[in-house]
Amino acid sequence: MAKTYPLKMNLNGKEVQVEVSASATLADVLREQLGLTGTKIGCEEGECGACTVLIDGQAVNSCIYPAMKAAGRRVLTIEGLAKNGELHPVQRAFIEHGAVQCGYCTPGMVLSAVALLGQNPHPTEDEIRRALAGNLCRCTGYIQIIEAIRDVAGRSQG
Amino acid sequence: MICEEYILASTVEEALAALASLRGEGRLIAGGTDLVLQLQRGERSVRCLVDITRIPGINEIKLEDSYIIIGAATTFAQIERSTLIRQRAPVLAEAASWVGSPQIRNVGTLAGNVVNAQPAADGSIALLTLDAEAEIANLTGRQWVPVASLFVSPGVSRVDASAEMITAFRFRAHGPRESSAFERQARRKALSLPLINVGVRVLLNAEGTHVRDVRICIGPVAPVPFRAQQAEAALRNHAIDEDAITEAVEAAVLESKPRSSLLRAGKEYRRELIRVLTRRALLRAIEAARG
Repeated sequence: MAKTYPLKMNLNGKEVQVEVSASATLADVLREQLGLTGTKIGCEEGECGACTVLIDGQAVNSCIYPAMKAAGRRVLTIEGLAKNGELHPVQRAFIEHGAVQCGYCTPGMVLSAVALLGQNPHPTEDEIRRALAGNLCRCTGYIQIIEAIRDVAGRSQG
Repeated sequence: MICEEYILASTVEEALAALASLRGEGRLIAGGTDLVLQLQRGERSVRCLVDITRIPGINEIKLEDSYIIIGAATTFAQIERSTLIRQRAPVLAEAASWVGSPQIRNVGTLAGNVVNAQPAADGSIALLTLDAEAEIANLTGRQWVPVASLFVSPGVSRVDASAEMITAFRFRAHGPRESSAFERQARRKALSLPLINVGVRVLLNAEGTHVRDVRICIGPVAPVPFRAQQAEAALRNHAIDEDAITEAVEAAVLESKPRSSLLRAGKEYRRELIRVLTRRALLRAIEAARG
């Protein structure tokens, strides 16, 4: 049996402590222990980006990220984006642009976009494409996703 | 992921002591972007993972005298963004920008790339191009060794991650009339292993007309990251002209031994890529060195 350890982290703005297995990935803890199933499991090998969460503002694949690495970090999942019932601008733009088809890649896509805009509020289209290179959409609705992010970037400019 | 214990080490000494007490059943983890997959697939088994990424200073990039020193757990994202590396060792910044995806670069580390010992590892090819050294720490002390000496065979490095660790890399920052470049071709522009990658570094004479010294490193064309020494010899102390560049490029094609891979590319196509990418990297490095 793997040992367990108390893991403290700031999750979606709240300090939480959870007892985790040495063997757990962050995706395991978020989904199975904390019930935050907005973080999706796709390929389970860091290729598809469905499990993307932000650690201290940077996108990581939570399915290959040992849970213990999150100790003391700020973790943001898709559940933490809306504030007071208001969707995040990136979430709103995805809806307005029809950037959601089956929806499975959407949480990861949105979080990769939020990470990009946090570091670079006015990205070029190339920079947007590069920031999304680790997120696959099997419905292949990439154009609407890129348009949604361009829209948010343009808005914050004006 | 499969392990029974997980330790966040706070010093190099603590990490090494933990490994010693585990007697071969422990293994260091940095980013884990390769290791976690190997554990999940059952390709490796360990009792305890010893995480080195919280050791103070282990993810810093600094310039000391004329050397750039990069902590072992520095991520590819940090390297890609570092102004110092972009200006004084562009081959490494460019190589880092090709690794995996943003998610992988935010976590994956330079030392992990080297210890995984893949013959086309972008980080390893760039470090070889820079004549980099690695500082290896074990219970007997610390010593600097050439990165080129660390590769044994595909997936096997000379660093025993169950007993010792790389703490840092160092190499000379480019001086005047010196520059470098990295070229790579893959099936897609992310999350794709290179069909061929090439690192080139050149040092020119003051007039920018002759090559004083040159490194040309290529992957995957041998069991370990490969230095094309015959190609280098064709250029060293030669005037820069079309003939010299063609001679070097053809020497690189001849001395490389690429293999056919059903998933990636045939050896014939890879040879053509060596020809094209080595030329591009040389021309770009020479242009940058002329300033």
